[in-house]
Amino acid sequence: MKKLIKVKKIKYILQKEFTQIFRNRTMLPMIFGVPIIQLVILVHAATLEMKSIDMYIIDKDLSTMSHKLISKFAGSPFYNINGASFSLNEALETIEKNKTDVIIQIPYGFERDLIRENETNVQLLIDGINGTAASLINAYSSSVISDFNRNIIVDLTQMPSLKNLEPINVETMYWYNQELNYKIYMLPGILVILVTLISMFLTAMNIVREKEIGTIEQLNVTPIKKFEFIVGKLVPFMIIALFELAFGLAIGKIFFHIPIVGSLWLLFGFTIVYLLVVLGIGLFISTISSTQQQVMFIAFFFMLVFILMSGIFTATESMPLWAQKVNIINPFYYFMRVIRMILLKGSGFWDISYEFFSLLIYGTIMLSLAVWRYRKVS
Amino acid sequence: MNENAENIIEVKDLVKKFGNFVANDHLTFEVKKGEIFGFLGANGAGKTTAIKILSGLSYPTSGDVNIAGYDVYKEREKVKKNIGYMSQRFSLYEDLTVRENIRFYGGIYGLSNKYIKEKTESLLDRLKMREIQNLLISSLPLGWKQKIAFSVAIFHDPKIVFLDEPTGGVDPITRRDFWEMIYEASHEGITVFVTTHYMDEAEYCDRVSIMDRGKIEGLDTPGALKDQFKAQNMDEVFLKIAR
Repeated sequence: MKKLIKVKKIKYILQKEFTQIFRNRTMLPMIFGVPIIQLVILVHAATLEMKSIDMYIIDKDLSTMSHKLISKFAGSPFYNINGASFSLNEALETIEKNKTDVIIQIPYGFERDLIRENETNVQLLIDGINGTAASLINAYSSSVISDFNRNIIVDLTQMPSLKNLEPINVETMYWYNQELNYKIYMLPGILVILVTLISMFLTAMNIVREKEIGTIEQLNVTPIKKFEFIVGKLVPFMIIALFELAFGLAIGKIFFHIPIVGSLWLLFGFTIVYLLVVLGIGLFISTISSTQQQVMFIAFFFMLVFILMSGIFTATESMPLWAQKVNIINPFYYFMRVIRMILLKGSGFWDISYEFFSLLIYGTIMLSLAVWRYRKVS
Repeated sequence: MNENAENIIEVKDLVKKFGNFVANDHLTFEVKKGEIFGFLGANGAGKTTAIKILSGLSYPTSGDVNIAGYDVYKEREKVKKNIGYMSQRFSLYEDLTVRENIRFYGGIYGLSNKYIKEKTESLLDRLKMREIQNLLISSLPLGWKQKIAFSVAIFHDPKIVFLDEPTGGVDPITRRDFWEMIYEASHEGITVFVTTHYMDEAEYCDRVSIMDRGKIEGLDTPGALKDQFKAQNMDEVFLKIAR
């Protein structure tokens, strides 16, 4: 009558978990809704590209030449001329009201100096609140001006000016993302966050929920083994996470035309190893917490730190050395690199083997910790 | 009940401390096979602590506990195959149906599919719950849930079932029904270890022990206890001990 086949017990746990997951009314919207919203909104919103720089114009020269320069800006898709006057104070006020990103001041005698002395000045005043944006505005605007005439010296406040313009024409070519399409760079990163968020929270919450309602006690009096229990809890969320990745990639392909240069098999294989770490962390959190609130706080703390340090927005190589060291335990860091490498560059297994084996070791440690920490007896 | 039946639970000098607080103070008692053993005491007397140790959910500080011939400390997994447990907290999955709950618990005890199916059918008939088998547990009244929880606890035919205040918050009729089920299980040879603080329920037990502040102050058949404390009913016995 009684058999002792482990796989069979695990099957019953899986059956139960899937029934509960799909019966939960918030679950399906989470699984399908969150990726669509995150990808569509974040990929568009979390961009460092400057698309509409608001420019204010002070043209004291009112010459043909100054008009030509202004029309250069007005004709650019990146600029939006939002005002003009002769008063610097008025212009500065619009910066204070956050209506203007950059003021261009063309001095009296601009055209005359350019023709007579073959050299003249314009001034850029840039809102420096957002440093990254400011340096981009500087670079864009300076290049528009120097395109117009190499002999205009941009006199820049707040930012180092581009004096000593070399008369060498540098032709830049970007590999793997030729048009420097920011979306193609961001989308894989957001996918990483999405997959991690869903799988880590769901796993951690699931077990703590059983603690809260008391069913864990009923499970603990059964002869079920820790290992069977943990596998039964991990597999459903592993499957959901892999599904999320596939779903997200499909959205990325259809709506953002992200390139998928490398092997999808390799990507999914790597994701499974990555999920061992994430689910291990989720499980570990759930074993040390007794309420869902605790889980939320602990998971949220780690997520925030790990996401910001992962290299999704900023290159990890330019972080201070200690931060790079901390990233050794940051699972996001590995996946963020690898997903971009595989999707955009087409990296093969040997290119990502360091990340692969690091995560394999990491995952083994986290899962062992979780199994060890999960107590059937108090 | 057979006076010469073997002991199925043997507890000797069981102590459980939480810091300085002694929840179980040198408990020593035996439960015979097939017995309905009532474990009585006021709230906080240490009943739940003891039942958790006996069912392998919690470690004792010291003492020997032997369940169905196995040491609860060293042979925990063997003990677990032989016991059923129903806690005072509700232990079925509210978001699963009656049938799904039975199947899940049957499954993790390692019973075969066929056996689970057959037994579920006969159980549904016996409980007269065939019409509600596909309803979620959350939609059922407490008394029904309790009956199902008990049936699930003995689904794998354990030698002993531990019931921790199984009738808390249930109306008198359902309580009566519940005790019918306990008798039935007992007839099938399952030893029943039940905690309660309803003194009328104590009368239904073969033997009862009464705990007060971590100690067992009285242990005998309800009749003998009433004689010993010169009381009309178990209520009086209990009041005399607790004072």
